[in-house]
Amino acid sequence: MSLIKEKKVYDVVIVGSGAGGGMASKILSESGLKVAVLEAGRDWDPAKEEDRTQLKWPWESPRRGAGTKRVFGDFDAAYGGWDIDGEPYSQHEGTDFRWFRSRMVGGRTNHWGRISLRFGPNDFKRKSIDGLGDDWPITYDEVSPYYEKVDKLIGVFGSKEGIFNEPDGFFLPPPKPRLHEHFVMKGGKKMNIPVIPSRLSILTKKINNDRGVCFYCKQCNRGCQVYADFSSGTCLLKPAMKNGQVDLYTNAMVREVTTDDTGKATGVIYIDKLTSKDFKIEAKVVVLAASACESARILLNSKSKTFPNGLANGSGVVGKYLHDSTGASRMGFLPEMLNRDRYNEDGVGGMHVYTPWWLDNKKLDFARGYHLEFWGGMGMPGYGAAMGMDTMRKYIVDEMGKPHENGGYGVGLKKDIRTLFGATVGMSGRGESIALESNYCDIDPDVVDQYGIPVLKFNYKWTDQELKQAKHMQDTFEDLLVAMGATLMGEKPGLEEEYGLAKPGQIIHEVGTTRMGDNPSKSVLNKYSQAHECKNLFVVDGGSFVSQADKNPTWTIMALSWRTSEYIADQIKKMNL
Amino acid sequence: MKRRENIKLLLAGGLGTGLVISGCKTDDKTSAAADMANSTGLYGRTDEEKEHDKKIKSETFFTTAEMSTIAILADIIIPKDEVSGSATEAGVPEFIEFIVKDIPSHKTPIRGGLKWLNNYCISNFEKTFEECTDAQRMKVIDEIAWPDKANPALKNGVKFFNNIRNLVATGFYTSKEGIKDIQYIGNMPNEWDGVPPDVLKKFGFEEDPKYKDVYVNPDTRNEIMVWS
Repeated sequence: MSLIKEKKVYDVVIVGSGAGGGMASKILSESGLKVAVLEAGRDWDPAKEEDRTQLKWPWESPRRGAGTKRVFGDFDAAYGGWDIDGEPYSQHEGTDFRWFRSRMVGGRTNHWGRISLRFGPNDFKRKSIDGLGDDWPITYDEVSPYYEKVDKLIGVFGSKEGIFNEPDGFFLPPPKPRLHEHFVMKGGKKMNIPVIPSRLSILTKKINNDRGVCFYCKQCNRGCQVYADFSSGTCLLKPAMKNGQVDLYTNAMVREVTTDDTGKATGVIYIDKLTSKDFKIEAKVVVLAASACESARILLNSKSKTFPNGLANGSGVVGKYLHDSTGASRMGFLPEMLNRDRYNEDGVGGMHVYTPWWLDNKKLDFARGYHLEFWGGMGMPGYGAAMGMDTMRKYIVDEMGKPHENGGYGVGLKKDIRTLFGATVGMSGRGESIALESNYCDIDPDVVDQYGIPVLKFNYKWTDQELKQAKHMQDTFEDLLVAMGATLMGEKPGLEEEYGLAKPGQIIHEVGTTRMGDNPSKSVLNKYSQAHECKNLFVVDGGSFVSQADKNPTWTIMALSWRTSEYIADQIKKMNL
Repeated sequence: MKRRENIKLLLAGGLGTGLVISGCKTDDKTSAAADMANSTGLYGRTDEEKEHDKKIKSETFFTTAEMSTIAILADIIIPKDEVSGSATEAGVPEFIEFIVKDIPSHKTPIRGGLKWLNNYCISNFEKTFEECTDAQRMKVIDEIAWPDKANPALKNGVKFFNNIRNLVATGFYTSKEGIKDIQYIGNMPNEWDGVPPDVLKKFGFEEDPKYKDVYVNPDTRNEIMVWS
């Protein structure tokens, strides 16, 4: 089978339609460039009736929303998951890394939590502060103008707080707290932990006439039919396509970047998933935005005479410094909330309050911080609702102070299930891990996926830093739950359970595999996310991150992608590419 | 009234032509089973997912006898009361038939548990669970339904009853009937303006005055944001 050459030649080919790719498609096309976007999955639009899961009831799913086919539940807007048939990955000994992929237009921005935090000034220079990892080659002040543009283009609600390392942005008004969130605020006050309005990219107020306003169904993870939440497809790529400068290729699985004898990128080769045929698309500039690990995989698989170790990998750094956020959780039960008054408390698709990192690591035995996320309330029942009555009924106490008997059946059971509805609360910590050279993905020489592309093999171990941080999280969870007046549920995980620390990859913030830096022997990209060794190749996903911060990566991915896209347009104009 | 107006405005936005608010259906006479049959079946399924569901629905796992025992147990666990109907009325046995095929790890514990129940009844009364009198059935159920005080020798029975209680309860409370029962109010366009004042007061909370002018103002949210 021969390679089919796409007749159309583009200025830029972008691989991936998530946060980084979507933003690049918008900025590059608006500067007049002809752009091709290649997405490995299918098209998707939450406003289309056949794609919509928003406002569906649990009984409309025969499995009542269970996560059999989609890991976050049957209505979730992620076509993919940590395990995808035909697209395996492998592990070096002792590693259990989880790699989440969404094969669809918009990628993982369709189901994400919309938590949209700027990195702070300290987050770009961690090495200067604690001696670990490396500083970024750029500062907050260089990125800040782009955060500002992202805030205004996409919309994020929040409150101005004046916290140094949690920079304020241009915020839409935040929603008032839910009842359990008032309890969290009460607990926070007692403990002197800040609990402030959350910062989510959901439109609580209109920002333009192309997108609707949030109608509070709490289902952002299903995608919004009025586009009131941010996803890359609905807010960036699809609007960009309207000006006719962007062609979208779906089901296009890119296997390598092609180069010429001078070492310049000439385009990409992709496999059309529907026909299994190989295509080549040529462009003046190649922009990878396939996700940190997928972009590293493409580079490592793009071997040539000029680039025997894989493209832009003379340093051997491609795939290295892979790091995900840390994560741990705990649940509690609020006796005061038994037999709650019923009202619609769905709210936005996520928490209305959160806790930014509030302590000084110099006084702690671990180097980096974490933020707290909160959950609870009278949510729509789905598969799993009303289960666990063999342990839960004891939380209900009769007039004589006697706990109800666990288990049981009948009218009494029904009554207790009603009594318990909406009385549990939970919290999760999401922290910064240290980027290490020894945590990496490389190519497994023995395994290919169903498209014949060699797969990634992961090597990843948490260190004492992350374990101590998780231990601290667990102590905080307990103290805060107790301060709120909650009864602790479950057991506090100890060292043997790694303090409940999530497996690397499970928090889905993996970054760092093509990191930026001024030194070409220690980094893949320069400070504009341009490959040191291939000047018309750029990476605009989380791969460029030097360190992850205790923030979610999406807002920074988009700010950096915008910055890089402006740089590309400028360099093309100056005939430098 | 004002809120209603705002919601109407919001829906009239033109975006999302497919906006069918399921929550606004007023016809509650239709049974849960009929509801499922009438469902468009459209909720963003991929071809692969559609295939999977079709295949599962075409297979039969439980025997007629097993299904009939499941139905009896379902209505013992969730009987009709003054608030809502019973598990069988809400289509719970049909849900259980589906879910054990969808999550196959349920298959053996449920089938084995049903058999355990019959074995135990036969040892005690020389009859299957279904053939037992109501009094005999309830005697057995009371021996396995209360995990904290059950005879440790009956651990297998207790485990089975925990499993079947979980499936029946979740099947019921995710049905139309169950959601009405638990009074979940939501999954529909709404305006969130904080915890209702009387509830807030009851718990001794108040909105932080610091954020009084920061929080969403429902009256102006449809006006285009002016950045400052």
